[in-house]
Formats: sequence, C-alpha cells, structure tokens
Amino acid sequence: MTKLHWKLGVILGLLVLSVYLLYPTVDWYTKTNDERGKLELARMRPKKILTLGLDLRGGTHMLLELEAEKLDKKETLNDAVARAIEIIRNRIDQYGVGETPISRQGDRWIAVDLPGISNAQEAENLIGKTALLEFHLVNSGEGAQAAITKVESLDGPPFDKDGNLVPEVAKLMPKGAGLYRADDNGEEGGTRVKYYVLDTSVPVTGAYLENARVETDREFGYPNIAFTFNKEGGKLFDRFTGENVGKNLAIVLDGVVHSAPVIKSRISGGSGVIEGTFTLEEARNLAIVLRAGALPAPVKIIEKRVVGPGLGEDSIRKGLGSSVVSFLIVVCFMLVYYKGGGFIANMALVLNFIILLAAMSYFSATLTLPGIAGMILSLAMAIDANVLILERMREEKHLSKPVAMIIPTAYDKAWSAILDSNMTTWIAAIFLFQFGSGPVKGFAVTLTIGLLIGMFTSVFVTRAVYEFWLTSNPKELSI
Amino acid sequence: MIELLPKTHIDFVKKRFIFFTISGIVALTGIISLAVKGLDLGLDFTGGTMVQVKFEKPVDISAVRTALKGAGIEAGIQTYSETNSFALKVKGTQENVNETADKMNSALKTIQGNSFTEEKRDYVGPVVGRDLSKKALFAIVLSMFGIIIYIAFRFSNPVWGTAGVIGIAHDIFVALTVMSLANREVDLVIVAALLTIAGYSINDTIVIFDRMRENMKKFPKMPMGQLINMSINECLSRTIITSLAVFVTVLVLFLFGGSGINNFAFCMLIGTITGVYSTIFICSPIVYQWEHRAK
Repeated sequence: MTKLHWKLGVILGLLVLSVYLLYPTVDWYTKTNDERGKLELARMRPKKILTLGLDLRGGTHMLLELEAEKLDKKETLNDAVARAIEIIRNRIDQYGVGETPISRQGDRWIAVDLPGISNAQEAENLIGKTALLEFHLVNSGEGAQAAITKVESLDGPPFDKDGNLVPEVAKLMPKGAGLYRADDNGEEGGTRVKYYVLDTSVPVTGAYLENARVETDREFGYPNIAFTFNKEGGKLFDRFTGENVGKNLAIVLDGVVHSAPVIKSRISGGSGVIEGTFTLEEARNLAIVLRAGALPAPVKIIEKRVVGPGLGEDSIRKGLGSSVVSFLIVVCFMLVYYKGGGFIANMALVLNFIILLAAMSYFSATLTLPGIAGMILSLAMAIDANVLILERMREEKHLSKPVAMIIPTAYDKAWSAILDSNMTTWIAAIFLFQFGSGPVKGFAVTLTIGLLIGMFTSVFVTRAVYEFWLTSNPKELSI
Repeated sequence: MIELLPKTHIDFVKKRFIFFTISGIVALTGIISLAVKGLDLGLDFTGGTMVQVKFEKPVDISAVRTALKGAGIEAGIQTYSETNSFALKVKGTQENVNETADKMNSALKTIQGNSFTEEKRDYVGPVVGRDLSKKALFAIVLSMFGIIIYIAFRFSNPVWGTAGVIGIAHDIFVALTVMSLANREVDLVIVAALLTIAGYSINDTIVIFDRMRENMKKFPKMPMGQLINMSINECLSRTIITSLAVFVTVLVLFLFGGSGINNFAFCMLIGTITGVYSTIFICSPIVYQWEHRAK
C-alpha cells in the first residue's frame, strides 16, 4: 500500500463512519411528529443525535435564580444548587415531557430547556414552586386577635413592598408568631383576603413526606391532596397532634395557608389531607412537586423565552430553503468558474457538510440559529481555502509548469495562508466557547468543530483526490 | 479558463489617504449616530418583556396601540404585515416574570372581532442582560489579544496582528453604525453576526498578509509600498471571488430567510463589504505606515 492508498482509505473510512453516525439523526427526523412524541415519552429517544435548539423547534427556556439569602445556613450554596437541579429534574420527569436539558450556570443559576409547549404556564408552576409544606399551630391569643382585627380594618394589604409587616400590625403581633395569607379569596362572598396569625415554630415539614396523591373530596367532589409521612415524620406528627388536641392546625404551602382544621384527636398513622380550592390540574401538579420534594430555597425566574412551535417551524423552513439556494449558487459558481477544480472543491464541501453534521450528532450538539451562523462561517472558510489553492494553481499554470509540479507547489504555497487564517478564527472561537454563554456558545461550538473539519476536507481530501488523479498521468489541468 | 480579472496593477498604497478619510468620515458618522440615536438594544441587554402575537384576521397597528395604551402599557410595536404578526416590547427593568406579558395579553383581548395566538414570549430579568453583555465583551476582547499574539508569533512582528485587529474593530464599528442608522435592533443574534464578521475580516486580512510575507522573502529589497501593492493585486481575484460567494449567500438569507434571521443577514451583508474593504484599504496601509515610520 502506498501513502496515497492510506489517504484514500482514511477518507473513505471517515465517510462511512459519518454516514453511520448520521443515520440515527436522519432516522429520527424523518419520523412523524406523533411517532417522535411517543418515543420521547417512552424515553426511547436515541442519545447521539443532533438536537434542534428551542429557537428552531419551539419550547420554553427558563433561567432560574436560587434565592441564596433564604437558604438554610447549614447547606452550602453549591450543594443547594445541585440539590435544586435534582429536584427540578425529578419533577419534570414525573410530569412527563421529553428530553429536558437542565444545567447549572454560574454560581446560583439554573437553566431549564423545555422542548415543546403544551402548557408553558403549567410547566412554570411546576418548576418554580418551592413546595415547602409546613404545619403551624394557629395562635389564638389576645395579641393575635387584636392583630387580625387591625389587619381587617386596614384598606390595603398588611405587607409593604418588601414583604415586611406594616408597623401598626407589627407592634400588635405576639412574640414567636407571624401573619400568613390564606389561599381562598373571600370565602364568605367578600373579595378580601383572609389572614391567619400562626406560631412561627414548625415542628413538622414536608421533608418527612413519603407520598402525595390526588384524592377527591367525598362530600363535595373537590380534588384534595392526600399525603403520607415516612416513619419518622409519622411519629413527630403523632406526638405533635397529641399534644395539641383542640387547637387549630394550619397547613401552609409556600407561605400560604391552605386550611386550618381543628385537631380533634391525636393523628396516628402518619397521613393527612390538604384541602383547598384546587382545580384537578393544580392538584395533580401539587402532588408531583410534593412528591419530588421541596427546593432548598425559593427560585426566581430571571429569564424566560417561549417560542411557539409554529414560529420555530417557520424559521426552519425559510432558513433551510434559503440556505439550500445559497449553497447551490456557490456550488454552481465554483463549477462554472473552476471547472474540474471546482468539482473537486464541491466534493470536499459536501463531504465537509456530512462530517460536520455527523460530528455534531456524535457530540449530541444542539443546533440553534447562531449555531447555523457558525456553520456558515466555517463552510465559507473551507471554500475560501479551496479558492486560495485553485488561484495558486492558476498562477503556477501561467508559468507553464507541468501538471505534476503545479499541484504540490500550489498546495505548499497556499498552506500558510489557510493555516493562519483558520488558526486565528479558531483562537477566537475557543475564547468564545470558554466565556460565552447561551447563543454565543452555540456559535463557538459549531465554528470550532467546523474549522477543524474544513481544514481537513479542503486541504487533505482535495489533495488526495488530485494525487489520485495524477497517477493517471494527465497532461492538462482543468481549472 | 474564465477569469474575472486580468492582471491588475492598482496603486492602493498611494491612495491610502483617500480611504483613511472615507473611514474617518464613516467613523465620525458612527460616533455621532451612536451618540445621538444610540443603538436600539434588544431585550437581551436591557431586560424586559416581548410578546409576539399573530392575529387571525388583518388588524391595524393603531388598534393594537390603542388597546395597549388603554391598559397603560407603552410598548414598542413591530409589525410583520405579511403574517398579521406583531412583536410588542416593553423594555427596562421588570422584576416579575409574567406580569407585563399577561397585561399585554388581556389588553389585546379587548380588540373586537379578532382572535390571536401567542407565537413567542421573551422575558429577560435585569441581572441576566448585564451578565450576557459582560461575558460576550470579555470573550471578544480576550480573543482579540489571542489573535494579536498568534499573528505576532507567526509573522515575527506585532504590527501585523495589531493591523488585523484594527481591521476587526473597524468592521464591527461600521456594522454597529449601520445598525444604528438603519434603526435595527441589536440583540444576541447580532452579537453572533458581529463575531462572524470578525472571523471573516481576520481571515481576509491574513490571506493578504500571508502573500506579503511570501513576497518579502522572495523580494527582500523591494520597497514596502510596491510590495504591498503587488501582494494585494495578486490576491485580488481570490478576494473578489470569495467575498462575492459569501455576499451572495448572505443576500439570499437576507431576502428569503424569514424574519428570524433577517436582522442577522442584514448585519452580515454590511460585514462582508466592510471586511474586504478594511483588509485592502485599512489594514495593509497601516502596515505600510508603520514600516515607513520605522525607517
């Protein structure tokens, strides 16, 4: 085997490998939407395929910030964020949507990419809810009564903008108690929000929950949420209710009182019911978030981008259509202007495209609009490399050199320009990849991979093709 | 063999002050435009809420504006008339994620005899915008230094890298100027376009610098001006072919690519023109000027 055979072998091998790697992606995207949806739900989506970004396929992107100030002192921020990611993943998995990348960004940010949007609002509630379930005793002392009376006499809400109690209520408030809002607006036909004064100490929380599920109220048919404690929680709850028979127990979820029934007797067996005015959907989602556990601290949505599926499809169709047109224009031009040389350059371009897509599938990369920009730049530079080589060939041809000499000389002379221009762009791409975020990163990824492959196809591959052609001892170079 | 250009002998170096003046005027226009009009920064940087809706039936923009005004919302409105779509933007700091968007939605429902679907909704909180622009800027500045160092190493003189980076800065500035003049919005996708322009610009510059490096070895005694002219002329046909190919590609995207990439393509169109211009008329003469003074 000669060196040339090796080269051609490598190229053919790579082509076969690329087609092999590309097959799952092609297979996936030729399926109908319904089929894909079913497979996604069954978690049977192939791993190593090219994913379309949310800007192209539609979906919801959210960036959440963990409110570190409200974190339990015992837990480090690092652990808390990691735990929050786990819990959010758990909730999304139980809710049942397709592949959802959840990633950490910076110190305390969490990015969630939800593909498709059956109901963006619902998903938001599911992810953003802290789901901290607490059981407080209702404070029925004189101070508490006075505070409630005062609150009811106020015109506005008893909290100021920062969420602190207004001073006239705060001074009436008994020690170790706090004011909590109720979730049912105006039970007795009024529009006023109801408030409770509760002891701030929390003997039992949702951390001890073992299970939560939707149950229908026997009397009125409202959906309720039934919960079960684990062993430890059951014991705590048993003792707590035993000590406080006759008092009111408030069930508080994320700082809002859902109900405050009287403890009629000691509650053993470790189970209970949250009553409230839920719709069935709300109850279902609440059960999910309770099962998955509470977030270590509340999260705040600091960025949200929703792209409707129609818009995504529209941008794909138009973008794809015009890309194909530009691609054809360039290919035709190369063919007409450089003839045989143009044909070889076009072959390299097509190969470049195939290998690039295969590599991106292999790395399970996500293709976004800026990513496509990166691809276009890398393809343009690959063409440019070929133009450089072909122009050199023409120069050498003008000097009436024999074909066998034109080719190596042209490659040698063009090489330094190709190397340097690719390397400088590559340096920029690496920095962008390192420090860029979101769309900038998408651009950098495709550009970085694209440049490497472009150098390979436009120099190594085309040269091997010329060398192969030289073995037939040609007299005339068609460029 | 088809040839676009016969052998040319244009004296680019001699005319350099004409082009320095042109770029100076453009730069001045840019500074004035950026100072007076400024850039129409997108939500990505300012923070805020954007809702894009599509109406069933054609609706007048003034109806949309009145509906929003009625709800006390001052929104920037952009129309895509061919699809009955409107993009409504409220920029500035908003703490709560759905507040503004929900208000806009209920305001639009007051438009009688028409229904709409929400195509797109963006919310960017105040911290995010700052973080994104900081990181992008950091990456760009670092990569420029990286490029200067690499080229200084390969060309054994920092002037080449510096001239190349001046070219990049020139092109990005011109692109931003045109964006400002054309009242087009600058968002993260435009940042990607600017990065592409930077890559394209430096690629183009290096090709010609490489030819100069080669000719300097071949003709060590040749005066700098003559050498630069010769190198640019030798590369001219390649320069035109490559930039024409890129230009046509981007032009097609601009004309038919749809609203999603229209802004991107527009910015790229400017970039392809200024990218080539800066290589020939700015970067190369800078090298000449520098070497000239050194002697």
